[in-house]
Amino acid sequence: MSAPYRFQNAGRDLQKSLLSEWYRGLSAANGEGVPVAYLFISGNVAELLRAFGFRLGYPEVNALQCGIKKAAGPLILRAEEEGYSSDVCGYVKNDLGLLASGGRAPFGDLPRPDLLVCTYSGCTTYVKWFEALAERTGARLVFLDVPYLRDRDALASDRAYVVRQLEELIGICEEVTGRRFEEAKLREICALSRRAEESWTRILESAKRRPSPFDAYFEAVFFMAPLYVLRGTEACARYYESALAEIEERIEHGLGPVPEERFRVVLEGPPPWPHFRAFWELFKRWGVVSVASTYSKVGGLFDQGVRHDPERPLESIAEHAIHCYTNWNLGLRRDLIGRYLREYDADALVFHSVKSCRSFSVGQADTREAFSRERGVPTLFLESDLADPRYFSEAQMRNRIDAFFEALEHRRLAPRAEARP
Amino acid sequence: MIVAGVDVGSTATKAVLLDENRRIVGRGLSPTGANVVRAAERVFREALGEARLEEWDVAFTVGTGYGRYRVPFGDAQVTEISCHARGASFLFPETRTILDIGGQDTKAIRVGPGGDVLEFHMNDKCAAGTGRFLEAAAGVLGVPLADLGEVAARSKHALRITNVCTVFVESEIVSHLARGRSAEDILAGVHASIAGRSIALLRRVGIEPAVTFTGGVSRNAGMVRAVEERLGTALRICPDSPFTGALGAALFALEKAEAGAPRKSPAPSKQGAP
Repeated sequence: MSAPYRFQNAGRDLQKSLLSEWYRGLSAANGEGVPVAYLFISGNVAELLRAFGFRLGYPEVNALQCGIKKAAGPLILRAEEEGYSSDVCGYVKNDLGLLASGGRAPFGDLPRPDLLVCTYSGCTTYVKWFEALAERTGARLVFLDVPYLRDRDALASDRAYVVRQLEELIGICEEVTGRRFEEAKLREICALSRRAEESWTRILESAKRRPSPFDAYFEAVFFMAPLYVLRGTEACARYYESALAEIEERIEHGLGPVPEERFRVVLEGPPPWPHFRAFWELFKRWGVVSVASTYSKVGGLFDQGVRHDPERPLESIAEHAIHCYTNWNLGLRRDLIGRYLREYDADALVFHSVKSCRSFSVGQADTREAFSRERGVPTLFLESDLADPRYFSEAQMRNRIDAFFEALEHRRLAPRAEARP
Repeated sequence: MIVAGVDVGSTATKAVLLDENRRIVGRGLSPTGANVVRAAERVFREALGEARLEEWDVAFTVGTGYGRYRVPFGDAQVTEISCHARGASFLFPETRTILDIGGQDTKAIRVGPGGDVLEFHMNDKCAAGTGRFLEAAAGVLGVPLADLGEVAARSKHALRITNVCTVFVESEIVSHLARGRSAEDILAGVHASIAGRSIALLRRVGIEPAVTFTGGVSRNAGMVRAVEERLGTALRICPDSPFTGALGAALFALEKAEAGAPRKSPAPSKQGAP
């Protein structure tokens, strides 16, 4: 290839170096005397903690990284030796197994946290996860109670309820770090978050093009990492500007995630991290591009207008926490998927239902029926796990994926069979 | 022109040869065993023998089933879901719903008028409600597989089998035997349990008549009866039902050969011929 591509893979390379730097900083934090806070991706309040100089760690990202680096199996077994049942979430067991094995992860040593902020209360397993972390590390534990979104717009009272808790959290952060809260600093951080969110939204929306320059599931999971772990930093804002340049260059040169786009799908559910590449390959063989996904919204529904706002920092942090995908009720999720199918001009809806995560899998069968029976959308239902390598059977997975796209292709070639009236 | 379909299933391997008028001219059936390649070759030869043909008479071969990529003489591969849909619609054009109970796999498929797959569901990572479940029960009771349906038909009070696990069902059967229950009543319960699970799977795709029953278990009259009773409608079956997947593969092969699709397997040599 001699084409003068200036930005291809720039995003990926920069993402890798940013993440390594982030892990190095985390591993060194205890030694440097810098405070460390752990929090969740969903509903996270990174901006507020960053204003106190915390370095931020994410147990979910630890589990995810172990999964993708094929280290999850033994860690999960280690947690099961301690008595965690095979039915407990693989993310939890992965992270607790890692801690029980001395905290030496394939990507660096885990620091001892000074503060644990459980930012997602929609899943009781997550609450237990942070309780276990508190017991084992002795760190102070704070729970944010984020109300489940019942209506499309968060109620003012719900927002005020979260803001009130954030104000309490400010007091706790002051105690733990010995630093005073500076609102100006928080505004600055929110402005940086906003910059990254704007560029990220443009990247997500680029998939409306035909062919799509971007895979909104298989590529998005890499592209979204800095937004989740480094949001509110200058490096993160710059990363999204360079990633957007890469996407714009792809559009200009007609490049995309697959050589020839044949099927456009909306993907619902998290990926099987221990078998991520194999899973992607099963779709690539059919020229499938995910033009929209729900998993890329677990850390915030930025494409639905959610933004951090320097003019109203605490309120916007509260709104962001309320508007993470799994905090939306099932009806809202279904409407969102319906919008994605329409706006992104998708051919089908694919579910990847994971055993570990009830926040995702509860209701998926009903959602599927709503689309396949009531709206005639072709749907594919796949089952495995996001963290536990034992629940992935490639032969069965391939069979379902091949059969589904065979049928779609066949219907396209010979459009005689109509969906049931 | 002659084409072939070879269905390498988890338990049995099947082959069907078709001529250009879509007439079945040869069939082969054998346990898959440990050697997938040999099983495919064995059933292919058996079908060729019935048709009095040689390998080089076959213009195109489609492989299907779990071992579809291991059929050395396969020119193309199609999943068994598409093949069962195509085969069932060929045998019974009125087919709208298919129940396929194989060795380790149970599938419910909803099809359009031309045999196109509209929706499908399969059992997942568990052999409950499959042929293996019946085999496990037959093994404990010492009843030959071929007699299962007949024995179950003699039952006066079918037992309720609560276990869904193919492994644990054995201990449940042993405990029923210990309490003096008859093999007839136990087997009737086993059939009822599988029928119940099959119908739950069918409901997930929506049951629309006619319902066609395919796969090896369709030969078991007791199973047919148990499903029909719960479904309240007759199942479409015929002697070729266990070959439905291979038949569908052969129909795809004919379509591909007629469209001039390129062959992928090396041209068959005459060396292996008798």
